[in-house]
Amino acid sequence: MNCRDVFREISNYVDGDLDAELKRAIEAHACGCHHCEVVVDTTRKTIELYCDGRLFAIPLHVRQRLHATLRQKCQGKLS
Amino acid sequence: MLDAQNSWNVERWTRDPGFAAIVMSEVSPRAAEQSESALVTAAKAGNYDAFEQLVNRYEHKIYRLGLNITGNPEDAEDVLQEAFLKAFENLPRFREDSRFYTWIVRIAVNQALMKLRKRRTDRSVSLDDPIEEDGEVIPRDFADWKPNPEQLLGRTETREVLEKAIQDLPPSFRTVFTLRDVEGLSTEETAEMLGLTISAVKARLFRARLRLREELSKVFKRG
Repeated sequence: MNCRDVFREISNYVDGDLDAELKRAIEAHACGCHHCEVVVDTTRKTIELYCDGRLFAIPLHVRQRLHATLRQKCQGKLS
Repeated sequence: MLDAQNSWNVERWTRDPGFAAIVMSEVSPRAAEQSESALVTAAKAGNYDAFEQLVNRYEHKIYRLGLNITGNPEDAEDVLQEAFLKAFENLPRFREDSRFYTWIVRIAVNQALMKLRKRRTDRSVSLDDPIEEDGEVIPRDFADWKPNPEQLLGRTETREVLEKAIQDLPPSFRTVFTLRDVEGLSTEETAEMLGLTISAVKARLFRARLRLREELSKVFKRG
């Protein structure tokens, strides 16, 4: 197992989508390799940042227009 | 209060019911799922308030999905409106064999891909294109990140950095990344929704993640 092998599997590794042997080999390598440790850690952080809903909000004016449009079109269909 | 230590969240919670709905669904997915089912039943019976609660719950995610895929705020707003209008119109035919959320995501993805194809005519828009073989993806930045980058940079700035980085990806990469890592769909759901093979989804996701990591490292690294 070298750094390139780790990089190639990094996406499957952070998803937990590897067999136990390969997972252990990656962890054993990353334990003594600062570069690989950083890449695994920052790949995880990248995903965490993007799935953090608190960082993202719909603009208020977009939300207001959405609700006005829906109310007008949908309630018209109900009545 | 869930986020009592965070005044920004508390303020947001009180003025934005959609945000409160997002936080609640993250806190208690099972409870959220149960109440979602009740809301769908009520909306199907013609209760508009119930439908509006479903909109409140998912409008942020659907807008972000539209923005990530189309890369254009106007298109994202169109996607948002069209997706919920279509959902309302087709609600009587929604069989509830999937979650309402998965169903609305599917509608929104179709709307967003149509917008994308309409706006751009270059080949890069096709999701079926083979992945460009511009060599092996090798990380180049090995610096540690600052702790809590979103706090150090501020939320607005962090959001701008994330949006810029994702928009610089090819559409096929950012669409897969958005469905898998932002919306939290499984590899299988993503493949089925986009008409791709499992291996194609994994390959695009791998490249998208590493490219985003490289871009964010430029901003968030220590020193």
